[in-house]
Amino acid sequence: MLAANYRGPYRVRAQQKIMPCIEHPRDAVVRVTRSCICGSDLHLYHGMVPDTRVGTTFGHEFCGVVEEVGSDVEKLKVGDHVIVPFNIACGQCHFCKQGLFGNCHEANPEATAAGGIFGYSHTTGGFDGGQAQYARVPYADVGPTLIPDWMHPDDAVMMTDVVPTGYQAAEMGGIQKGDTVVVFGAGPVGIMAARCAWLFGAGRVIVIDHVHYRLDFARHYCPAEVYDFRDIEDMAVFIKKETDSLGADVCIDAVGGDAAGNALHTLFGTKLKLEAGSAIALHWAINSVKKGGIVSVVGVYGPTGNMVPMGNVLNKGITIRANQASVKRLLPRLIEHVREGRIDPKALITHRVPLEDISDAYHIFSAKLDGCIKPVLYPNGLS
Amino acid sequence: MTTVARQQRIDPQTVIGWGVDADPRNDPTYPMRDRSKDDGPGMNWQRPPLQRPNVEILRSIEHNRMPAVMGTGQPPSGVSGSMRRAAFGYSESDWRHWLMLMGADRVNVVEGVLADLSAGHIPNIPGEMGARAEWEHNRAGFVRKAVIVAGAALLVAALVKARRDQRPPRLR
Ligand SMILES: NC(=O)c1ccc[n+]([C@@H]2O[C@H](COP(=O)([O-])OP(=O)(O)OC[C@H]3O[C@@H](n4cnc5c(N)ncnc54)[C@H](O)[C@@H]3O)[C@@H](O)[C@H]2O)c1
Ligand SMILES: [Zn+2]
Ligand SMILES: [Zn+2]
Repeated sequence: MLAANYRGPYRVRAQQKIMPCIEHPRDAVVRVTRSCICGSDLHLYHGMVPDTRVGTTFGHEFCGVVEEVGSDVEKLKVGDHVIVPFNIACGQCHFCKQGLFGNCHEANPEATAAGGIFGYSHTTGGFDGGQAQYARVPYADVGPTLIPDWMHPDDAVMMTDVVPTGYQAAEMGGIQKGDTVVVFGAGPVGIMAARCAWLFGAGRVIVIDHVHYRLDFARHYCPAEVYDFRDIEDMAVFIKKETDSLGADVCIDAVGGDAAGNALHTLFGTKLKLEAGSAIALHWAINSVKKGGIVSVVGVYGPTGNMVPMGNVLNKGITIRANQASVKRLLPRLIEHVREGRIDPKALITHRVPLEDISDAYHIFSAKLDGCIKPVLYPNGLS
Repeated sequence: MTTVARQQRIDPQTVIGWGVDADPRNDPTYPMRDRSKDDGPGMNWQRPPLQRPNVEILRSIEHNRMPAVMGTGQPPSGVSGSMRRAAFGYSESDWRHWLMLMGADRVNVVEGVLADLSAGHIPNIPGEMGARAEWEHNRAGFVRKAVIVAGAALLVAALVKARRDQRPPRLR
């Protein structure tokens, strides 16, 4: 089968690989119909995630048709077209039982801090991912969810990560009616977080980025007040001015370790790797939120450590909430939102690409070329 | 590792004032975590059946047992594999663990090129980096990068030549 193959920082190609097979009685193998490239993949692509081994197949946002099931799989049937959540979750450990499906304890030997994720380095379990014609899906009865017959598969593939992550970002913000919410990052996740902030009753939604075509999209889609951080001399002062000097009720970091906008963090975080990615968006979030406010973090950072103004977290009494999205927990509610037309996921898709052209797709998404917001690969043909 | 003398567990019931201010609403994890399903402090859940991997799996020393499933792609191999094995001697809480893994990742890239070459495949590195898309959507960037690469190549060639010319004539 054809599959993505990571060769080193900024290098990925499509190559023939051996077919995945059932390795555990609760596995399924799916024929991948759609597979997105995510901002999280860019951390891998940029060589920022430790234990990203050459030869790995990336891809944690995919849906597919079940081809084969293991002997213990009961709910899934061959031929089912399913949404595959990006988290691999057993459904029965201490964490899964409490709904923390992004933090399963039975899916990742290489680390305890991170759960199992498809195609996301050995630091999240060493599973080959879905940017391939076929993928092995462990715990097939837990995560995978049948695509409702009314749902477009392009919407379905966005339910594997982007929609739940954006939604959980807003949910973790503990947004109350009338709150001012600032979202850092106008990538797919930030756009979705800003859209969902309204569902929780936000009174004002402000989105910050520096890529104009994304800000333009966010302005209409979310909708939101949008600003280019390069036009802003000091983020904390700007947000304070916008909020009668109090600060925002909720700040959402939807950027993570690849943040631009501060030379020091870029040097330490992305170039020298002395911190686990550039933490400038998180820094801005902490310093722009109100006293007693909430900072919700879905942007991904590495496992070592970052320079953030911890003293201000203390003095301002800030609550920081963060996690990998618990996709399975959120899916039922989100499917309802899509059905009711409150969320239009596929509107974010700008590029539909055959798997063969994966090298170009990564570069376009990473370098923000050609108006790219969300690229989707079609490993088994564009249909 | 040194052995720590373990302390006796304290029985909460013996502590004056135990639980008088307990408040279930004081829960910042809502609704991420359903605490009603909390089954106590230990690893006492019923486990899924265990996968039997047929490749080497490196396990975090913070795990006291192998999780029930794991990925089996790209087992550790070569020099980078030895570095990874060494890294897994340290916990996730230890910087050395991650720094050694990052080092192994860089070594692994060189191993990847060598593996390509030994399989008779010359990797199209510009192609893998999306040079075609750069040409199509960011021609100025393409030209700039091409000039930098060509310049660097010329510089290296010139340096090599200069060193050769400097070598003393060989004695017969
Ligand atoms: N927690 C989760 O479950 C989860 C799931 C998916 C993605 N993520 C993470 O969310 C983040 C965003 O994902 P995405 O797919 O939208 O990525 P993306 O790379 O497309 O978007 C990031 C955006 O942030 C902008 N940006 C850079 N520096 C900034 C700054 N200082 N301030 C404001 N904006 C800045 C970039 O221009 C870009 O538009 C990534 O870190 C990704 O890893 C987390
Ligand atoms: Zn993702
Ligand atoms: Zn679990």
